[in-house]
Amino acid sequence: MGLKRVAIVGAGITKFMRRAQETGRELSYYAAKMALDNAGMSLDNVDCVAESTAPDAFDGVHMNGEYLSDGSGGWRKPYLRSYVGGGSGVFVVNHGWYQVASGLFDTCLVVASEKMSSCHPHPQGAFLNIFDQFIERPLGCNLLWIFALEMNRYMTVHNISHEQIALVSVKNKKNALDNPAAQIPEKVTVQDVLNSEVLAWPVHRLDISPTSDGAAAVVLASEDVVHKYTDKPVWIDGVGWSLDTTYWTNKDLYYPRYVEKAAIMAYKMAGITDPRREIHIAEPYDPFDYKELHHMEGLLLCDKGEAPKITEKGITQRDGSMPTCPSGGLLGVGNPIAASGVMKVCEMFWQLRGEAGARQVTRECKTALAQAWGDLMQVGTVIVLRK
Amino acid sequence: MAKNKVALIGYGIASYGALSPEVSYKEMMYEACSRAYQMAGINPRKEVDSFVTCSEDFDEGTSIFDEYVPDQMGAMLRPTQTIAGDGLQGVAAAVMQILTGRFEVVVVEAHSKASNITDHIGLLHFAADPVFTRPLLAHPYFLAGLEMRCFVSISGNTVIDAARVAMKNKNNALKNPLGVHGAKIDLEDVLMSEPTFEPLKKLDQANPADLGLCVVLASEERARKMGLSPVWITGMGWCTDSYQPERRDWCWPAYAKIASEMAYRQAGIQQPGKAFQLAEIDDTFSYKELQHLETIGLARVGEAGEKLEEGAFDLGGELAVNPSGGSLGCGWMLDATGLFRLIEVAKQLRGEANGYQVKDARAGIAQSWRGIPTATGAVCVLEV
Repeated sequence: MGLKRVAIVGAGITKFMRRAQETGRELSYYAAKMALDNAGMSLDNVDCVAESTAPDAFDGVHMNGEYLSDGSGGWRKPYLRSYVGGGSGVFVVNHGWYQVASGLFDTCLVVASEKMSSCHPHPQGAFLNIFDQFIERPLGCNLLWIFALEMNRYMTVHNISHEQIALVSVKNKKNALDNPAAQIPEKVTVQDVLNSEVLAWPVHRLDISPTSDGAAAVVLASEDVVHKYTDKPVWIDGVGWSLDTTYWTNKDLYYPRYVEKAAIMAYKMAGITDPRREIHIAEPYDPFDYKELHHMEGLLLCDKGEAPKITEKGITQRDGSMPTCPSGGLLGVGNPIAASGVMKVCEMFWQLRGEAGARQVTRECKTALAQAWGDLMQVGTVIVLRK
Repeated sequence: MAKNKVALIGYGIASYGALSPEVSYKEMMYEACSRAYQMAGINPRKEVDSFVTCSEDFDEGTSIFDEYVPDQMGAMLRPTQTIAGDGLQGVAAAVMQILTGRFEVVVVEAHSKASNITDHIGLLHFAADPVFTRPLLAHPYFLAGLEMRCFVSISGNTVIDAARVAMKNKNNALKNPLGVHGAKIDLEDVLMSEPTFEPLKKLDQANPADLGLCVVLASEERARKMGLSPVWITGMGWCTDSYQPERRDWCWPAYAKIASEMAYRQAGIQQPGKAFQLAEIDDTFSYKELQHLETIGLARVGEAGEKLEEGAFDLGGELAVNPSGGSLGCGWMLDATGLFRLIEVAKQLRGEANGYQVKDARAGIAQSWRGIPTATGAVCVLEV
């Protein structure tokens, strides 16, 4: 831990949706306001603001952090936008952690928002620009291609079937039925997933999270002031992040070693030596169904290639011994890039406080984990929370 | 001196002037970082705990630009993040990481490949509010013209005072190897240059430059263990005012005032006007230097122009302001500009400013602004 121990004292989220009428600033405001209300705070109690939003290309606003600043409560305050692509959502909470843990600030409002629908006809087009100008862009790449390569590699190395992977989509979309913020909660079967349209083999439509608009926020407070805002703090005991090489084509995609690095950093800080026993509940990043499995392995929550098996046994269901994505995850709640990572932290906050309502998991939870992934199969961001 | 301070143990510069067809941004980053690591005497792969880079996607022409930073910095599979902000804001992030006690050595990188941007003004249109401001289709610099008009009308400073800033900085830059926009000019040259956005003139505006910059920061304990006598960062402030131009203070900007108060509080500075021997102040537009000096308490309100005329801000004056040549002389470097100002202060405090060294420099201040159309800035106090 840092100089000061840091706790989450409030959380807020907007509904995730395909096309919000609100601007990104308004979405940020709604999430920030809900988080502040939840902590019984006003902007006067906020010492600094940490904000994140993913590529500016989605809404076509250059220096998008500046644009979102007042909606995020950053007006005339120390305000920073941090950024690690898709990993930004969990990272921005880590960023808020170091702002408070440094001792410079007592409280920090952490806000992430995404407005993908402004990108016409579909935000997938904006992803062409994430690829290397010389080697990759001329191919007209889209993001599905590299996911298809990675999924295929993962399935091949461990001899995993699509049926096993589809179970994640079925579980998460079902979990989302109890989440009022969810965009595509759905009762689907493994067969539905396999029968859905092939987008880039082996990726089918129901293997993928949707594109979304939405925002999420948390409020952080240092150990010195936390008692003013809550008697149920959720402590940030471990943070980790790691960025792998740009040259994603030069590594074996079957295993996310950058997630492992980030997890080890966070476990070390939290004093966790046996994550399989010591982490009780997790929100691994699930923009694609196989990604949840891939990340559970990277997080050392099971052996390599074992994640599909423990999923089949029901261990990751809400009534299982290691529930994953009880919120409904990105597959069910939606994927407004940066906001979806903060949504995962919000869910762990509510689960640890026993405030998740119909989504509350059966087992007693003391330690929780949220993780996000991003860039060109490249970045892992991890946070460990304790009540 | 402040309770919590952080050491600056190395910096690196890779300067390429106004155009750099011979290098890529990756090569510039590699060169700047290598130099900084060498000065600090560290191996990035083993001895750096975290890396911070500063960039904006649109400036780079690449979405999710942080994808393209780790390899050339030696940061592969290490904690690496981007701050979508000015170099000084990146330094703020690094300073906070070190103050948590979990990180001993943190590297901050920023670069400018401004010459790759074929239509900079077109790009700035995208930074304007898409609902309220962008539909006006005005050249974004109209904001600077309006602000300058407001400043000279209210503050007591004049258009001639602003021209004198441009003259001073462009002349100062002639002695700095980074001074690619340096020129031997007089007041007349500035005042007679082409009007752009009245009262702003062509020579009141900074022009772009390409370069890579890197600094290595370390905890106090680590710096002492390494036996270094570093430059200390003793105060750090940053702030964002309203995104809506009409809701800002147009004369003495709130972002600079709040950021400086925060930095002075940390550094234990009561009288900023007497605390420093040199200041590297944002001068993206000439009047901005005067405006910022008054806002952050380095000159009394309405008096910056007079003091400038008296020579108080010259090299050898009571407070050397932009002895490096500032942005008017060395160029405007996208989000690397703040880091450039910090490095120039560090150079002076280390006694390495060959040819433009400020005598007996013990304390200096770097102040940045992110440029049009933002209201974001940062302040950093450095001491030896």
